[in-house]
Amino acid sequence: MVKTVDDLRPGESGIVKTHKVKGTLGKHLREMGLISGIPVKLERKAPLGYPVEIRIQGFSLALRKEEAQSIELE
Amino acid sequence: MDKLKFLLAGNPNVGKSTVFNQLTGMKQHVGNWPGKTVELKSGSFTFENYDIEVIDLPGNYSLTPYSVEEQVSRDAIIHESNDAVINVIDAENIQRNLYLTLQIMETGANTVLAVNMLNYAEEAGFKIDLKKLEKALGIPVVEVDAREGTGLDNLVKAAIKASKNPSDNSQNLTYGFELDEQIKQVMELFPHLKVGSAPDSWTAVKLLEGDDEVLDLAENSSDKQNLRKVTEIRKQLEDKFDDNVDDAFIDARYAEINNIMKDSVKKPTDDKESITDKIDKIVTNKFLGLPIFFIVIFLIFHITYTIGAPFQDLIDQGWGMLSEYLFQIFGEGLVSSLLIDAVIGGVGGVLTFVPIIFILFFLLSLIEDIGYLARAAFVIDRAMHKVMGLSGKAFIPMILGFGCGVTAIMSTRTLSNESDRISTMLAIPFISCSARVPIYALFTAAFFSDPFQQTVVTFGLYILGMIVAVIVAKVLKSSVFSEESAPFIMELPPYRIPTLKSAVLHMWERGFLFIKKAGTIILGTSVLVWILANLPPGVEYGSANSIIGMFGSVLAPIFGPLGFGFWQAAVALVFGLMAKEIVVSTFGTLFSLAEDDEQGISGVLSQMFTPLSAISFMVFTLLYPACFAAIGAIKEESNSWKWTLASIGICLVIAYVLSLIVFQGGLLLGYK
Repeated sequence: MVKTVDDLRPGESGIVKTHKVKGTLGKHLREMGLISGIPVKLERKAPLGYPVEIRIQGFSLALRKEEAQSIELE
Repeated sequence: MDKLKFLLAGNPNVGKSTVFNQLTGMKQHVGNWPGKTVELKSGSFTFENYDIEVIDLPGNYSLTPYSVEEQVSRDAIIHESNDAVINVIDAENIQRNLYLTLQIMETGANTVLAVNMLNYAEEAGFKIDLKKLEKALGIPVVEVDAREGTGLDNLVKAAIKASKNPSDNSQNLTYGFELDEQIKQVMELFPHLKVGSAPDSWTAVKLLEGDDEVLDLAENSSDKQNLRKVTEIRKQLEDKFDDNVDDAFIDARYAEINNIMKDSVKKPTDDKESITDKIDKIVTNKFLGLPIFFIVIFLIFHITYTIGAPFQDLIDQGWGMLSEYLFQIFGEGLVSSLLIDAVIGGVGGVLTFVPIIFILFFLLSLIEDIGYLARAAFVIDRAMHKVMGLSGKAFIPMILGFGCGVTAIMSTRTLSNESDRISTMLAIPFISCSARVPIYALFTAAFFSDPFQQTVVTFGLYILGMIVAVIVAKVLKSSVFSEESAPFIMELPPYRIPTLKSAVLHMWERGFLFIKKAGTIILGTSVLVWILANLPPGVEYGSANSIIGMFGSVLAPIFGPLGFGFWQAAVALVFGLMAKEIVVSTFGTLFSLAEDDEQGISGVLSQMFTPLSAISFMVFTLLYPACFAAIGAIKEESNSWKWTLASIGICLVIAYVLSLIVFQGGLLLGYK
């Protein structure tokens, strides 16, 4: 099993694995600074479970389950 | 006076709109980009002896065209002539913000950097040396505080100075040795390919990245045989980087950003808990998040209607007095009928919504500027996505639909992608707005003596409207827009203290748009309906012999299967397009009763309708096309006749089919 952002618990952090977010989403996130090797922290989950709030490079993003699962961690 | 034109670019939530508002004040014009649903804001101001036009581009994280918003910005920067591009950045997120800066510089644009929110960044522990940053970037860098309005004079001066001496800094950027080398090669392969004002290096980078638009241009150029070589170069690079070339470029840009920031920016070492964190712990809390969300929504409504209602009544009374006054002056006749029935009846009724619209958009702008709107979307997103296939941001427009569809449709601008905007816009007319209430009240009172039954029928209509809205949105999202399933990435910006100025400007802008619409589309259609009700000359207003009456008689048989196949109902429905509540008063007019003689109207209705056909009629009025104001709003916001007509068509079909099912099904079950 590969570990993804979706597997993090609130407060936990991980390191983005090299070249693992593919497609337009990958490019979009990468342009926003989610490049390989940077730390990601799962800040919290929404009251209904999703989306999750992640913190990268000093700012917060909300991601749905699908998006969170597609970001693989080291 | 010399004329200058500046473009304003930047990430979302960096205070770009605040800069725009501070510069242009009330001299703003809001419209749409030609052929797009994207808002085009332009404004002007004078500075020293310059006449300066500013265009506020959509907020983007990059210029890669993922959606129409990025496309619009990119096209504007490359194809619109401009004297400078002012790039506003948020100092606290300098790294991510500089990504867009680099992309703007790549286009060869004459770029000026406005660093906003430096105080917040310093509070968070950043140390930014603007002089060194300016040197590293090679473009003018100015500190501004958009909220306070400081530094803006310097910014304008810097932009004017830059416009005198435009510089293209794209050549100073580097992507690392390997990429730079290949860019040069590609440039040589396509020496004649020109894309707007962009330099050849930009075109080469886009060819390597596999950008669709530029590839198409290359395909039609004289050097198109060289495209094969570009593909080869791309392959080589992909082998070397073990990655897509476009991704390699992203990493290269971030490497360049780190290089630029090395000497000029010191990031905070510790990640201390910010105020935003503390607020979010409560506002998005597992147990408190949803209750807080509903309280906020409730408060917005409550405040809007409690403050707005007296003004609404006041305007209504004003129109009433004006009508009486006009009646005294002109007496009974065509002139007073035109003014009172068409102009005041159509436009006046709609204008009573103005106070509500002003207050509502003031409040919405406040919660957006504070940063709560993103949290509200965060909290409710899962439910909205599951049920309607829409993002959490669509919740507020949907809820507003219960008040007035026009405001709801206008507020779809807060949604970040086109497919969500259109789907929401087309679903909103089915939500039962407050203008339908008088119809329900009249009909339920006339046909159901038991108050419990009245409540059940009214409640049932509300639920039916919601179900239809949900299905329409869901079907649109999964059919027409199924390919555009844009990933959900939403920034949760730090909480900020809002400025009164931007809220007031926003309120004024939306309110004015509404007034303008009332004065044009709604006035025109109301007068048209009035003319049809008065022709041929000499007929009684809206009677069976008038054109509209004849029109009603032609339409009546179509409504036969629905249980209300008489011309008065058809005419009432046509009049109801001006504003839904007019359906009620039309029945009064048609039976020569006083418009407010509800008992009289109820009596007539019970001769024409049965309880079953009354329900069928209410279902039809719930679902058939919303009023002209709402249709006008859809046209305005979607910027497309296609979607406007689609909305009307969908409403008509659904209204007819469901009323038919209600009436015929009811008959089969033995109801009358």
